[in-house]
Amino acid sequence: MATYSTSEFKGGLKIMLDGDPCSIIENEFVKPGKGQAFSRVKIRNLKTGRMIERTFKSSDSVEAADVMEIQLQYLYNDGEFWCFMDPDSFEQHNADAKAVGDSEKWLKDQDMCTITLWNGTPLSVEAPNFVILTIEETDPGLKGDTSGGGGKPATLETGAVVRVPLFVQTGEAIKVDTRTGQYVSRAKD
Amino acid sequence: MIHEEDWRPTASHDLLRARADLLAKIRDFFRSAGILEVDTPACSAAAATDPAIESLATAYTGPGAPAGKPLYLHTSPEFAMKRLLASGVGPIYQICKVFRDGEAGRLHNPEFTLLEWYRPGYDHHRLMDEVEALIYAVLPEPCPVRRVSYGRLFEDLLAINPHLAGPEELRRVAVNQGIQGISALGLPDRDAWLDLLMSHCIEPKLGSGMCFVYDYPASQASLARIRQGDPPVAERFELYLNGVELANGFHELGDHEEQRLRFKADLERRREEGQMIPPVDDRFLNALEAGLPDSSGVALGIDRLLMCIAGAAHISEVLAFPLERA
Repeated sequence: MATYSTSEFKGGLKIMLDGDPCSIIENEFVKPGKGQAFSRVKIRNLKTGRMIERTFKSSDSVEAADVMEIQLQYLYNDGEFWCFMDPDSFEQHNADAKAVGDSEKWLKDQDMCTITLWNGTPLSVEAPNFVILTIEETDPGLKGDTSGGGGKPATLETGAVVRVPLFVQTGEAIKVDTRTGQYVSRAKD
Repeated sequence: MIHEEDWRPTASHDLLRARADLLAKIRDFFRSAGILEVDTPACSAAAATDPAIESLATAYTGPGAPAGKPLYLHTSPEFAMKRLLASGVGPIYQICKVFRDGEAGRLHNPEFTLLEWYRPGYDHHRLMDEVEALIYAVLPEPCPVRRVSYGRLFEDLLAINPHLAGPEELRRVAVNQGIQGISALGLPDRDAWLDLLMSHCIEPKLGSGMCFVYDYPASQASLARIRQGDPPVAERFELYLNGVELANGFHELGDHEEQRLRFKADLERRREEGQMIPPVDDRFLNALEAGLPDSSGVALGIDRLLMCIAGAAHISEVLAFPLERA
């Protein structure tokens, strides 16, 4: 079992805490001049996404978490799992709804996503920062409006709903920022 | 790992100038006070025994020591300066680099600059007056000052008596204060729990300005004398500036027999914890035996003082080249 001592703590290190994989956000070395040294750590629980604080005694060690991030291509959803594939090795990974979470509404087949694996199983799925999606339905809007002011809701092929300018119409492909859920532009052909 | 831009200093040129200016002001202060600047070895055959302080070690080989002589980089110039005091030199100060293994972070660099001075005839309260005057002389503007005993501080902020509370009671306070991870925290003793509460719960509430904390638990006496009473307390003080530990002072222990016993207890503790066993400074003990004038002394971290003056958030902002670039 791999372990890390507090001297190895730094942002991004993956450790096991209370049975859950966690990522260290920030580590502060705390020591009175003539006293006990501590590591005061801000940690993100990778299963729940929650931020927690922890204090360790210096030189204590914790179990390492077998966590890694890889780029995989999204293939399809079989109703229960979302299937991803390594385009080089063709190795496939199934992510459940918990792992996919809010990314679901941005997933389009063929797109490359960032998957966090814990002990080889997908723990979380991150859609690409920008996706190109086709509008399935939106109100026709006012003719001649090219200003983009105002806007209207549009339902995309993945089911996501974003606000788009009035001049954008059903059937068009648009570029969306998945981190903010905002329309960026019409997709260039 | 060397990055292409790593050769550059982490401190701005303004801060390098502020450091030079601070050192000049400090030297002016001591010159006016008639205190002698001294210079003692950074490398010594003996080392600090305090289990909470680890020395870096090196060795000299050559004329005088053909087989090699282990040397320890001083963690403070205390032993050597007290030998000077015992020789009757009078009040002295020193500005020097000191070294501590295992300490790096926002407020720590393994090599840092310490100002240390000793005043024969002073008790720790009179020395606090002088520390206050020095800080006033170097701060750009005046700040509030207060003095509070260690016991009072814990009673006011945590409603416990730090001189009497046992480890279980201290642990409960830590849990109630919301410190996370207590169940896995195997602290060795009462003092470690007190350190946890001090660093996590009390320091953040000390506020801005100077706060002198004095009369520490006897178990944290280090090299301070213990004043008998109920409870007995160590005549030790610390200065916090804007909640950051800046200085540590003692009404110095002069009793060589008690000092020898404290060293022995330190080494015993080090053995239990599997720590390095350093050679005890017998020349220092002999100096105490010859007679140390009744004195108080204090060590003050120059880098942290500079951080306070400049409003720096990380020690690397005030160092030309911190550990990562040394």
